[in-house]
Amino acid sequence: MTKTLITLTAALAFGSAAVAEEVHVYNWSDYIDEELLTKFEEETGIELVYDVFDSNELLETKMLAGGSGYDVVVPTGTFLQRQIMAGAFQPLDNSKLPNRENMWDVIQDRTNTYDPGGEYSINYMWGTTGIGANVGLVTEALGEDAPIGSLALIFDPANAEKLADCGIHMLDAPTEMIPAALTYAGWEGGPDDKSDEALAAAEEVLTAVRPYIQKFHSSEYINALANGDICVAFGWSGDILQARDRAAEADNGVEVVYNAPSEGALMWFDQMAIPVDAPNPDAAHKFLNFIMDPENMAAASNYVYYANGNKASQEFLVEDVIGDPAIYPDEATLENLYTVTPFGPKEQRSLTRLWTKVKSGT
Amino acid sequence: MRRLIVIAIPYLWLLALFLIPFVIVVKISLSDVALARPPYFPQWDWSAGWQGIRDFFAELDFENFIFLTSDDLYWKAYLSSAKIALISTFLTLLVGFPIAYGMARAPEHWRPTLMMLVILPFWTSFLIRVYSWMGILSQGGLLNSLLLSIGLISEPLTILNTDTAVYIGIVYTYLPFMILPVYAALEKLDGSLLEAAEDLGCSRLSAFWLVTVPLSRAGVVAGCFLVFIPAIGEFVIPSLLGGSETLMIGKVLYEEFFSNRDWPVASAVAVVLLLILVVPIVLFQRNQQKQAEAEA
Repeated sequence: MTKTLITLTAALAFGSAAVAEEVHVYNWSDYIDEELLTKFEEETGIELVYDVFDSNELLETKMLAGGSGYDVVVPTGTFLQRQIMAGAFQPLDNSKLPNRENMWDVIQDRTNTYDPGGEYSINYMWGTTGIGANVGLVTEALGEDAPIGSLALIFDPANAEKLADCGIHMLDAPTEMIPAALTYAGWEGGPDDKSDEALAAAEEVLTAVRPYIQKFHSSEYINALANGDICVAFGWSGDILQARDRAAEADNGVEVVYNAPSEGALMWFDQMAIPVDAPNPDAAHKFLNFIMDPENMAAASNYVYYANGNKASQEFLVEDVIGDPAIYPDEATLENLYTVTPFGPKEQRSLTRLWTKVKSGT
Repeated sequence: MRRLIVIAIPYLWLLALFLIPFVIVVKISLSDVALARPPYFPQWDWSAGWQGIRDFFAELDFENFIFLTSDDLYWKAYLSSAKIALISTFLTLLVGFPIAYGMARAPEHWRPTLMMLVILPFWTSFLIRVYSWMGILSQGGLLNSLLLSIGLISEPLTILNTDTAVYIGIVYTYLPFMILPVYAALEKLDGSLLEAAEDLGCSRLSAFWLVTVPLSRAGVVAGCFLVFIPAIGEFVIPSLLGGSETLMIGKVLYEEFFSNRDWPVASAVAVVLLLILVVPIVLFQRNQQKQAEAEA
């Protein structure tokens, strides 16, 4: 009944889409060069409706409820895997995606964990989760030999206490923070361990530094870091690099650096997929193919400072991007990156409960 | 027949916009979480006919409600939300009553303008107004700069991301809901009653206390309900203005729904919240009715 109602509403809301040729794209905030959107409209004559989100949880709820009205969405690998199992996506029609030959086998190999053979998705961007630091403020608080590239900077209470005054932000995303805490603790089960013992160990690390954390938020740190309002953020590589660039543009004396933690960093993949009930799957395929064009993909990476899974795009990347080991890591760093798998429903409940406890003390 | 239609319209309204959605929520709260679309089990299976419906009901149970009692997070969140809602309702009344009183006592030709001024903020999106409070209350914000520049404080106050900011946000947002019913009650007040009280030897203050306050009670009660009920389930204000440690049931519900993807438990939380709200309201109404009967 509800399903019929939802479909009916979707049909009413987007029924006209098929006539006017619209494509609805739902992507992460600050995640594309907006000129590409106009370029797509000019090349195809399809009207592009672009909408943004800043949490995988929000996207997943829309996908599971169905009838979202979106044609292209961009979940992270672990979330994608679970949504594929729930039947949220349609298989891609490779005959409509000739640009797929431009993709990079190294990244495809790694994303096979989440979506074997890329049956449902293509890689958009990938990156690491790590530490953004305001060099001036951090050395002022901790001295010249501050462990700026190490997890000890934020997870060692002695350091965190000294940094509390200038401000520490962390991602409001337990799936990112728990593996990092486990890596810092040197947990023998590895960062992807989801047992109760592992969660307890991570909780201990996080609770010890909780009093020194100013805020848990997944997008505010870009501006806060760039303006010099905070001195350290644990966040996504490209976001911190955007903060670095905004600070440099503003010429406000703030110098931001990004480091993938030396103890090991989480590597994640954002994948473009087409919902099973997309109103215009044909246009969605056109959009994916457009994005996989080497020059377009390079334009997006040059703008957002994230690496992409498109081999052919690399010759169009500016030196700032392709030559920066924080974006395209060298072999040695690549060895040091780990990936994680999704949480099951029961594990997820323990995880959320732990996260509430860390944040609110209850 | 015409009377029947007139009566039926509000009931149909309640049925379509309250009862049916509520029954759906109750149904989900009795289901189990599943990795599917939508993410719960069982679903209605029309094709299986009568047997399908019986199977459907056999799958429902109260497991999720029992689960809520196993973790003290939930009742702590209910209590903390009730506390925040109660205090903010009281503060709203404290601010709203004098404004409504002033409006009702103002010359008649001013009243439409004053009324307009109270309603005017609604023309801007609620979200934008709450966001602008972030700019006012932050460390380097308007309020702190003002207080610093006049020398009232020497260090900026931390208001944003605390419970104080939540109270400010709720009082600001819901103030019109308090002012309007109180104003409506005060405006109808017959001025000659006050004159009579004063003629009979009441001071102005005791006339206010003995005449105005009791006669505006219906408006005050309506205003308090209009503020308290949305405030207890408030999500946007605590998540934008409150800190990570502000515990409210709206945030818990969000976590259940979005982070845990556990729609059944989220629905159970919502059903319990509704019961918590409905029971005292019904008791209160009964009490009011009894009083009215006793007086008559």
